[in-house]
Amino acid sequence: MHVPDGFLDAPTSIATGVVAAAAVAVSLRGARRELDDRTAPMAGLVATFVFAAQMINFPVGAGTSGHLMGGALAAVLAGPWTAVLCLSVVLIVQALLMADGGITALGTNITLIGIVTVVVGWAVFLLLRRVLPQRLSMVAPAAAVGALLSVPVAALVFTGLFAVGGNAPVDLGAVATAMLGWHTVIGVGEAVITGLVVGSVVTARPDLVHGARPLIAERELETRKVVAS
Amino acid sequence: MSTRRFFAAFLVVSLLVAGVASYYASSHPDGLEHVAEQTGFLDSAEDSATSDSPLADYQTEGVDDPRVSGGLAGVIGVAVMLLLSTGLFWVVRRREPSDASRDPGA
Repeated sequence: MHVPDGFLDAPTSIATGVVAAAAVAVSLRGARRELDDRTAPMAGLVATFVFAAQMINFPVGAGTSGHLMGGALAAVLAGPWTAVLCLSVVLIVQALLMADGGITALGTNITLIGIVTVVVGWAVFLLLRRVLPQRLSMVAPAAAVGALLSVPVAALVFTGLFAVGGNAPVDLGAVATAMLGWHTVIGVGEAVITGLVVGSVVTARPDLVHGARPLIAERELETRKVVAS
Repeated sequence: MSTRRFFAAFLVVSLLVAGVASYYASSHPDGLEHVAEQTGFLDSAEDSATSDSPLADYQTEGVDDPRVSGGLAGVIGVAVMLLLSTGLFWVVRRREPSDASRDPGA
């Protein structure tokens, strides 16, 4: 869902640019709490992986495709503040190097893909973590649900932006319905990918999953006798 | 799994996804583009100022084979991302250890 130049008018693009810049500034400070010698390289890899994964469009029917946005995935793996930065770097590299997403639309894309998906994904994840049994096995499913909801919400926010500053005079009801419909389906793909990736990392190195930290502290340390090899 | 091995695996997966799997990605328009086309605002899209970039549209300029062209663009993107993002996060990180790793006896 990379918005190209021209969809939204200048005032709207400038406004989302301001929002994006403010979010990045605030996230640079917030990310300090999340990043240390161990988690900084992990966050770099998360951002890199999101870039790669966004290249994989998957068909969702009737000649349409979707791709991962990665906000929930990045938030659960690297922390929400870092996730905003991860997605922002991805979007900047995509816009400048690959002409994927417009330059004047960069603020819009960071707002939608870097902020909205992270906020929704992380909020839903936190809610589920509070409510579900405190086990590592809940991390991936909770991340998946966060991912599932993050996509249609981002689509709705786009529709809102389009209502305010869309350049073409189009039936808003039709846009809203279509955006919500397709992005709910795309959200399923986002959920599957997020669940699989987060699940893999939780299995291999749960200590590197930001969203799993409080659950690791809960785990008992046990010693077992093992046959000497 | 050791940290080094885990990070290496994560990087290899990213390279394979961007360099190989990307060739098999769907070429259908994504949800937003599809909706724009159906409801009638796709024409308002303008070309990006960077659409002449050598890596525009995830294809490498000057490389004819579509597999190599796309794969190389993906790999270059991964390399750039790794450098920029890890560099940024390394600079932003806290220098002292977090409370969780502080020695309780110290």
